[in-house]
Amino acid sequence: MIQVEGLTKYYGEHAAIRDVSFTIGKGEVIGFLGLNGAGKTTTLKILGCVLLPTSGRVVIDGHDAVRAPHEVRKRIGFLPDTPPLYDEMTVGAYLAYVAQLRGVSARDVRARVAEAEEQTALREMDGTLISMLSHGYRQRVGVAQALVHKPAFLILDEPTSGLDPAQIRGMRELIRTLKGSHTVLVSSHILPEISETCDRLLVISGGQLVAQGTEEALARELGGGTIEVEVRGDRARALEVLAEFGPASVVQEEGGVLALRVEASPDLRPRVARALMVAGLELLRLERGSQRLESIFLNLTRSGGVVPKAVAS
Amino acid sequence: MKALLIARRELAGYLHTLSGYIILASILALNGLFFNAFALGKAMERSSTVLSHFFYYSSGFTIVASVFISMRLLAEERQAGTLSLLYSSPVKDWDIVLGKYLAGLAFLALYLVCTLYMPLLIMVHGKVSAGHIFAGYLGLLLLGSASLAVGTFGSSLARNQTMAAFLTAVMLVALILCWLLARIAGQPLADVFSALSLWNQHFPTFQSGQVRVRDVTYYLLLTYVALFGATRVLEARRWR
Repeated sequence: MIQVEGLTKYYGEHAAIRDVSFTIGKGEVIGFLGLNGAGKTTTLKILGCVLLPTSGRVVIDGHDAVRAPHEVRKRIGFLPDTPPLYDEMTVGAYLAYVAQLRGVSARDVRARVAEAEEQTALREMDGTLISMLSHGYRQRVGVAQALVHKPAFLILDEPTSGLDPAQIRGMRELIRTLKGSHTVLVSSHILPEISETCDRLLVISGGQLVAQGTEEALARELGGGTIEVEVRGDRARALEVLAEFGPASVVQEEGGVLALRVEASPDLRPRVARALMVAGLELLRLERGSQRLESIFLNLTRSGGVVPKAVAS
Repeated sequence: MKALLIARRELAGYLHTLSGYIILASILALNGLFFNAFALGKAMERSSTVLSHFFYYSSGFTIVASVFISMRLLAEERQAGTLSLLYSSPVKDWDIVLGKYLAGLAFLALYLVCTLYMPLLIMVHGKVSAGHIFAGYLGLLLLGSASLAVGTFGSSLARNQTMAAFLTAVMLVALILCWLLARIAGQPLADVFSALSLWNQHFPTFQSGQVRVRDVTYYLLLTYVALFGATRVLEARRWR
């Protein structure tokens, strides 16, 4: 549905992105990861038809973004890094304006605005001036404007930026509800924010796509990932068993209960469980380590310039 | 048409913010003051001369109003980050520019309507033809249209409103001073400069109650060229 081939963008002499290629299937929710300045915003601006690439192609539903920009723009909803809001308008009037701008017929505007407000929990803010809204609400209006015309493809640049934990959870829920009805590309520089929501990840570093694939595939390929266990029993024995799978360490020891972490692929969890029980240890808890995605991300973006091969999804 | 949609929102923006009213009120007050002090001030003049003076001063205020009205048009969108909304919507760059310009023109027309009381006062107390008033206002609207279009172009180039106003003022002063260049330049440049002159060559005829096709054409052409320039600037910005 969305094909990006050899996308390159130069600002003067400086290449913001180089030879970025990926495809996104219909209905997928894709996380676009990268540290600040990695080229995320430039890539998303090109997909959002705000910028033109120096070279390369973007094809959305068979329409080329450079040759047929209008066809592409009809199919996308774009939330830039700063929500494009007019402070002097009310939420409802603003969304109605955006809907008309994006080609929704006058007859359908009211229904679409109500629907977008419903989806983003903005219904009670319909008559409020945008200048009076808090940061969290402004961000929500930003998402509402991106989906008010029901685009097939939603591009959200850092939708959780500046939100508090409760608002981040709300935004994640919102993105989850969009799954299926929209194809979504959502960027972030904070991993856990998107790891739960996305089907697949694209990782960009130094203007180049360094990896793409599911979280599991990336973990497998890069050896990232940990398993956390809690057992009752002999400390040395537990460490000995876990060391067979990878470097292991004790995280906590309290009242005879040991919390340990082993650097190994979470796919090995059944084998780890079996080994611990065979060794006569009481297994109280076993789960994938929460540090997992961070370690993948850091492996990929560390020491800038080291570019691992792309991982097939 | 998307240009009208953009124009409507922009015009509402002028009417919902204080800055629009401040521009309108201050220029109206100054225009009224000048009308009282200079156009009416001289004793025993023919009504048509007083009217002509009114149009003379009003042309200056129309140019100043255009600078202030146009400065926010595109520069503010860029400053506030809302230009990306227009860029990512299925709207032609020409429609963005035209919509912005039309909103400015509507606001300028509102200003001109508010000045109507002055020629009406002359009409009530003296004897002037409606044709003279019509010609003068047509001239003001055309001069304002061209100045606004130059302002739209200036606003497309600038990062913020202050810079936009400055650039526009520089371009308009350069266009006004073309008649001076015409005096010192040799032929055929003198003719070119003379024809380009924003005020000297084209407005006095309207001021005296006449409408000439070449003057109307000049102002319309300048409007088109400036708006075309602004469109190209918007297009170029996508390449940055």
